[in-house]
Amino acid sequence: MEISNLPISPSIRSKLLSKGYTSLSSLSSISPSFLAQELSVKLEEAVEVLRAVSDTTTSKSAHIPYGIIPGAVTAWDMLSEEQMQRHISTGCEDLDAILGGGIHCKEVTEVGGVPGIGKTQLGIQLAVNVQIPVEYGGLGGKAVYIDTEGSFMAERAYQIAEGCIYDILDKFPSNSREFLSCKERLQVNNFLAGIFYFRICSYTEQIAVINYLENFLTEHGDVKLVIIDSVTFHFRQDFDDLAQRTRVLGGLSLRLMKLSKMFNLAVVLLNQVTTKFTDGSFQLTLALGDSWSHSCTNRIILHWNGNERCAYIEKSPSVPSASAPYLVTGKGIRGINSNFKRARIM
Amino acid sequence: MANKLISQMGLPPSLSHVFSARNILTAKDALSLPETDLMALLDIDIALVRSAVASISEATCPPFQTGLALLEEKMKSGGHLSTLLPGLDNALCGGIPFGALTELVGPSGIGKTQFCLKLALLAALPECYGGLNGRVIYIDTESKFSSRRMIEIGEGSFPQIFRLQGLAQKMAGRIIVTRPTSISEFNDSLQQMKLTLLQNEVKLLIVDSIVALVCWDNEKGTISSRQSPLRGSLSFLKSIAEFSRVPVVVTNQVRSHSSDDTFHYIFKGHRKDTSNSERSESHLTAALGIQWAHAVTIRLIFEAHSGHRFIKVAKSPISPPVAFPFVVESSGITLLNQEGISVAGSEINAIRCKGCNILTQ
Repeated sequence: MEISNLPISPSIRSKLLSKGYTSLSSLSSISPSFLAQELSVKLEEAVEVLRAVSDTTTSKSAHIPYGIIPGAVTAWDMLSEEQMQRHISTGCEDLDAILGGGIHCKEVTEVGGVPGIGKTQLGIQLAVNVQIPVEYGGLGGKAVYIDTEGSFMAERAYQIAEGCIYDILDKFPSNSREFLSCKERLQVNNFLAGIFYFRICSYTEQIAVINYLENFLTEHGDVKLVIIDSVTFHFRQDFDDLAQRTRVLGGLSLRLMKLSKMFNLAVVLLNQVTTKFTDGSFQLTLALGDSWSHSCTNRIILHWNGNERCAYIEKSPSVPSASAPYLVTGKGIRGINSNFKRARIM
Repeated sequence: MANKLISQMGLPPSLSHVFSARNILTAKDALSLPETDLMALLDIDIALVRSAVASISEATCPPFQTGLALLEEKMKSGGHLSTLLPGLDNALCGGIPFGALTELVGPSGIGKTQFCLKLALLAALPECYGGLNGRVIYIDTESKFSSRRMIEIGEGSFPQIFRLQGLAQKMAGRIIVTRPTSISEFNDSLQQMKLTLLQNEVKLLIVDSIVALVCWDNEKGTISSRQSPLRGSLSFLKSIAEFSRVPVVVTNQVRSHSSDDTFHYIFKGHRKDTSNSERSESHLTAALGIQWAHAVTIRLIFEAHSGHRFIKVAKSPISPPVAFPFVVESSGITLLNQEGISVAGSEINAIRCKGCNILTQ
């Protein structure tokens, strides 16, 4: 790796090259003060250059046992960590089952589908389900809902929260002391207060909010779910340069993945569909292009199967591809076999 | 927010000077570029770029609200325009929502404009009669607005109001009709509207129909067939709806759809739909494509079959899929069944037009 690939500013790079430092090895044994004098730059800048050099050289070294690479963990440790991980229930038991328990934390899941299939419903359901207290099998965390299309309706969130609480109390009718204290927390208003809602009106704001999330999540440490509904809308409308769009989206997805790992939360991105010309005909596929389709860890497609709504896991590193039917009821997303009351209208 | 100036964001002066020297003046310019590009452009090191981007992002990011605060705000400000059709109002949790785009789509002559005329009247009525007591802007692209018909609807639905002296004139005076003849005129009037919506107490915006604008745009021949023809206008309409919290109602047309066009996902494989014989007679689909379908918040489909006309709530975040049979009378649209018929599955998205054509009867 040469000087030209170091993450330093162009003027310092040109100074290094003009002074004859063309390879990393030439910089390996120089003191910062000497370098500062050579390049006639400030001491702090020389220190930065040398730090960049040492970062790149250590990551390149081969034959180093695992324990010595900073930040690496063994697969065995990861296994026990993964087994302890709780999942966010989607409300539909079949869908939870094929997902291996629910939406995984520390991963980015993309959900896409045609208009009207229930993406926003699933988003709101997850924002409610993440708040189920730990004693009742949930994560007891809060949710960040980033709305780019204006489809979040507070009244619907109220209905879904009500339905969720009703089902929990139905399932756990016990009146023992530890449950009593949680019961007070099971209020619809508490659930609504636990959803942090951002309304985004342009792709600039979308990029800004994702950049800002790191600070926000440090302040609000109990957030366990970030939903973006939908990630596509502004990028489809206003972005003219498609190559730049791909790069910006790539940066966004990397940042989201980093956030999910750093704060141990789940990121769910809702996507739209578009038609793509493959194999001689137009096929439905998720929007934002082929490069984007690689960036998410998991991918779920919601589609119509005859008269039924189905969720199909198209991509996942840990579970096989499978399909599960689900319903959108007055209480939210439910499975086919669960008892549900007739759609409740306010 | 996107056009916020970097110079006003409170960055350290040396940094903001560097940005403006390279002509990166607004947040949009700065955030559209990946960090490495910014670093190369501004000639400062990566850590400084990161902290600058973080400060710009924090300044550009809109403030958050909790779900509870949203609900309370909605309760306070009403949040819906009641259509006075009880079944539909129930299904939509109050009526046409503020701040969102509602689309009416259906074949020609089915009653979309009638519905719009009634909505315009309802928004103009004083609050004691269930209206919004405000002005209405009616953008009529196909010259379908008939004030005579509107007064007729008014007299039929609210006879006690319209017989009062001068009230009919006052109501009609609140409805502003504009007939743009090109898409640039349309955009201009939208721009002006954005400034004056709140000042002039406009409570409803109707665009009837939005498809005509697309036709005008295509005449210029500069839009490729795969791109959305309405990109600028669409996001503009949505942003107007959001900022001024008014309901925006848009009508759309249908076009025919051959069965070969039915798109499938790649993973489902290519299989011919065998149950096509019935549908191929009158297989219609909404115009403007799937991107538009994603963009609207609520879609009401008007269709006709089995001798009746139906309003179907096809896409709505708060309603179950129901269909209401209706008729068009002198007093406007009336629902025949307030309970609604539950529609299962993807039928809710189908648009049918049987029994409408006198030539085939």
